[in-house]
Amino acid sequence: MSTNTSASAKPRGKAPAGERVADWADGRLGIYSLGKANLRKIFPDHWSFMLGEIALYSFIIIILTGVYLTLFFHPAMNEVVYDGSYAPLQGIKMSEAYASTLHISFDVRGGLLVRQIHHWAAIVFVAAMLVHMMRVFFTGAFRKPREINWVFGFLLLFLGMFDGFMGYSLPDDLLSGTGIRFMEGAVLSVPIVGTYLSFFLFGGEFPGAEVVPRFFTIHVLLIPGIMAGLLVAHLILIVYHKHTQWAGPGKSEKNVVGMPFFPVYTAKAGGFFFVVFGVIAAMSALVSVNPVWAYGPYRPDQVSTDAQPDWYMGFSEGLIRIMPGWEINFAGHTLVLGVFIPLVIFPLVLGFMGVYPFLESWVTGDKREHHLLDRPRNRPVRTGIGAAWISLYLILLVGGGNDLFATRFHLSINAITWVVRISFFVLPVLVFFITKRICLGLQRRDRDKVLHGRETGIIKRLPHGEFIEIHEPLEQGALFKLTQHEQPKPLEVGPEVDENGVEKKVGPTAKLRAKLSRGYYGEGTQIDKPTVEEYEEITSGHGHH
Amino acid sequence: MSQDMSEENLPDRPAHEGGSQVATAENPFADPGFPAHQPRRQDIDEKAARSSERTVAFLFTVSMLATLGFIASFVVIPIDKIVYIWPLGHISALNFALGMTLGVSLFAIGAGAVHWARTLMSDVEVADDRHAIAASPEVRAKVMAEFATGTGESQIGRRKLIRNTMLGALTLVPLSGVFLLRDLGPLPEDKLRHTLWSKGRLLINQNTNKPLRPEDVAVGSLTFAVPEGLEEEQHDYQEQLAKAALMIVRIQPNDIKDKKSRDWAHQGILAFSKICTHVGCPISLYEQQTHHVLCPCHQSTFDLSDGARVIFGPAGHALPQLHISVNGEGYLEALGDFEEPVGPAFWERG
Amino acid sequence: MKKLSARRRHPLAALVVLLVALTAIGGLYAALAPAPKAQADDSSQSLAIEEGKKLYTVGCSSCHGTSGQGGSDGPSLVGVGSAAVDFQVGTGRMPAQQPGAQVPRKKVIYTQKQIDQLAAYIASLGPGPVTPTEEQYDPAGANAARGGELFRTNCAQCHNYQGKGGALTNGKYAPTLEGVSNKHLYEAMLTGPQNMPSFPDATMPEENKREIIAYLDAVNGEGAPSPGGMSLGSLGPVTEGLFGWIFGLGALIACAIWLAAHTTKAKKS
Repeated sequence: MSTNTSASAKPRGKAPAGERVADWADGRLGIYSLGKANLRKIFPDHWSFMLGEIALYSFIIIILTGVYLTLFFHPAMNEVVYDGSYAPLQGIKMSEAYASTLHISFDVRGGLLVRQIHHWAAIVFVAAMLVHMMRVFFTGAFRKPREINWVFGFLLLFLGMFDGFMGYSLPDDLLSGTGIRFMEGAVLSVPIVGTYLSFFLFGGEFPGAEVVPRFFTIHVLLIPGIMAGLLVAHLILIVYHKHTQWAGPGKSEKNVVGMPFFPVYTAKAGGFFFVVFGVIAAMSALVSVNPVWAYGPYRPDQVSTDAQPDWYMGFSEGLIRIMPGWEINFAGHTLVLGVFIPLVIFPLVLGFMGVYPFLESWVTGDKREHHLLDRPRNRPVRTGIGAAWISLYLILLVGGGNDLFATRFHLSINAITWVVRISFFVLPVLVFFITKRICLGLQRRDRDKVLHGRETGIIKRLPHGEFIEIHEPLEQGALFKLTQHEQPKPLEVGPEVDENGVEKKVGPTAKLRAKLSRGYYGEGTQIDKPTVEEYEEITSGHGHH
Repeated sequence: MSQDMSEENLPDRPAHEGGSQVATAENPFADPGFPAHQPRRQDIDEKAARSSERTVAFLFTVSMLATLGFIASFVVIPIDKIVYIWPLGHISALNFALGMTLGVSLFAIGAGAVHWARTLMSDVEVADDRHAIAASPEVRAKVMAEFATGTGESQIGRRKLIRNTMLGALTLVPLSGVFLLRDLGPLPEDKLRHTLWSKGRLLINQNTNKPLRPEDVAVGSLTFAVPEGLEEEQHDYQEQLAKAALMIVRIQPNDIKDKKSRDWAHQGILAFSKICTHVGCPISLYEQQTHHVLCPCHQSTFDLSDGARVIFGPAGHALPQLHISVNGEGYLEALGDFEEPVGPAFWERG
Repeated sequence: MKKLSARRRHPLAALVVLLVALTAIGGLYAALAPAPKAQADDSSQSLAIEEGKKLYTVGCSSCHGTSGQGGSDGPSLVGVGSAAVDFQVGTGRMPAQQPGAQVPRKKVIYTQKQIDQLAAYIASLGPGPVTPTEEQYDPAGANAARGGELFRTNCAQCHNYQGKGGALTNGKYAPTLEGVSNKHLYEAMLTGPQNMPSFPDATMPEENKREIIAYLDAVNGEGAPSPGGMSLGSLGPVTEGLFGWIFGLGALIACAIWLAAHTTKAKKS
């Protein structure tokens, strides 16, 4: 390069400054190779692919506002007498953590706004993660090679929930203290070690002076650190695997069709960050969230009704509320099942989603790579399972807010609790079968559309007086789209006796697997898609279009 | 009028590449190939493009103005000013102004960038090939061979002593970390079994900070009490309060169904732990006609006229009752500590 | 004077002195004590009781019995006091429309004068808490912060941290305290209507009640600020979560749909 005469002939400083900076960086970081691979990376366009970005951007907003809040928040539990601007609390004893939160809200200009942005962003963050996860679930985007990325995403959701709970606990107001008290009770219910865990967590008896500073470190450092790592890995894998896409003309398992990262997605995704931030900032201007001053400082002998966690912990709250009070005493010990069973079911409900990709690939025996998304209707069992899971989640959310449902809809809280208890078992089953049926119905409609064309809504009167609706045949792109999907066959155990008459040993696991596989892809789980022969027979028969 | 025409709705489709047309003839369901790009108005009409440009520039300008508005609001509006804005209510003027200006300045940048990308940047869809994630057999073989070479050179397979001691050392070393966690807190011992209540302690009314007398407590009333000697100033005030908080009601002695409960009461004055036996919320939603008390956190319901037994919800056992009486000076006093641990159950509770 | 001293020993002298003294004391009493007013009150009081009894017979006796002794549909009113009547009738709870888990607040159908008459009649049946005077419940000058502490100890568990109400067992509920007059707040604490426990002066002195009223005025009164913006009913995280999902995530998904939608193509034909 240096011997290039034309270059050396140029006067000094002729290359644009930006280029020179880039050259400098390339010599040290190799950014050109990175750019070659990624600058024109293709991303497909679909609104549902932006859900993860909502989560990503809320996470960034939470980090930005969180750093600001640490400049003013004192994670300390020593008692002070409040003398700030909020009159209804003046002269009241409270922890320094609570007093500093009031200070942020009433005596720091913009502090209230940043607090509210932080909290609203957290609510949106977890919601966006959950919706993003369900999008990936229903479209089968978690299949090979993306199972590990699914697990990363799942861990992000799990950690995000807990970090949210920790943050909710920090201001040491009456509501958050009630949440921490619940946590003490939950930890105490753990058999054998519960009491010790509780004493180690609280640095002694509840509430102690340790829990807020400890949660603070976990909330601002430990969990966000792990989440940042997982997030980077999640993003790297998205780029590495390339994004999934919907099936359509010209789109296949072998390619990815869309717009280049630079400039279109730089503008769209970059712009979307500002859109998300803007919407959340406006929300924080308009709507109050977690008005800690209204709750008052935490005291273990006080409580307010409407004591709920933030929504993402709501389903665990529901589990706790609907559980019967089982307690077993034996040999001088107590097994607190009434608290411990919900405590165990809580991670199981979530964990089912975490391991689902592995369950499905084991059941179906599908070990191939998939880059085209499934339409949910074409996988009725998976869609049914997802819908059932959501229904379980929702009914538990209702359980978690049963007192509000009681007062707002003039119902008996006891009746609601019983409805939730029964629904916990019945509703997911019901939803599963209903969803499966709806999917099959939609498949049948697709089949009709392929074979008979699209209903035009135009009614034609035939010469002999008969009215018919004109069906317009689909064009080839649409035909391809509706027929390109696979209809897998269930796994077979194989003949019990091989060709030589020797009995083959089929283990119970293999039998179970075959049974589940039949449940997934066997009879009654899909409507046969139209074949070319069927299509041609019908179209040649009705050649009058 | 512009018409939203997504690809599949276009009435006449452009001719495809030869290959896929052959396929069309044979298989009506075959992939027709990627449809040709349809230009947007902005692609063919410079007037439309210029209008888009103006929109984007307008949005960016709005953002700048909003940022100036933010700064102005920050400087001008006093922090304690409350304004009425329908339908939000009486809200902080500063919070509203800062949030809206910040929101607009950010949103306008985003909207401008997206509008720019959607209307002016190329919308030609491009296909990129995917490559298998898994390595080719040759690469796999090569890596395996290199790994085998490395393992061989390290001699880890041959020198079992090294391998075993190394595994042992790595297993043991985290134990130091576990031990370091030991001083996170003291051992529980029997701290959860005792409260500040003891024989002769007066019941101090939390409203008045004065000791309660039986005649103060009317039938149908609800009072909260703490043990005499619990001062807000003391360092373990919260911890003691978390166990000792008391709920006092009076029920006609004839209406008290549980005999032991009646005996532990003083003329129908019952003193129960205020701490729910489920997970420790201060339970006190007392219905004076039904004598039920409900926990606001998880709806455990206890019948105070029947020894505070659980009649609904997730709590596993009755609220502990404090045995009370009246002392020589006519004040209510405790006759001892609670007989069982208060609050949530735990493994050692028994 | 001589004459007087001479008649001192007259057998009727003692009687005369006694009469004079009695007259003097009586006159003094009449002058100093609010006796004439009391007399007038007495008569209007008895009149009010008379009127109250008539109103009672028409509106209340079918449930509470012909003389307030109670019945299968309503409790005895002997000894509930005028404060209870003023609260129950003054908030429209009484007369009740139908039996149920709880008698709700509704439109008041009596005038304040009629309510006072009813209260007078019920108060005459037996001693009970008396309707408070204005200085008893006037929150002016009371320590609202202290009231907040008392509210969180005694009230928030049922009525919510901002007095927005909450659920009780089997369809019963603690009503919202929004728009409840200071007098009725005071009376409710004093008498413990329906399933609410009472907080009599012996355990919660008048001053405490005024402090609680002052706190409620500050946080839940007319024009009480919600600095952060719309309060979403001050019902805690449930409504916040609902709002975050529907409006927050909803708005963002709408933006995502706009962002990813195909841009309008130039007209084809």
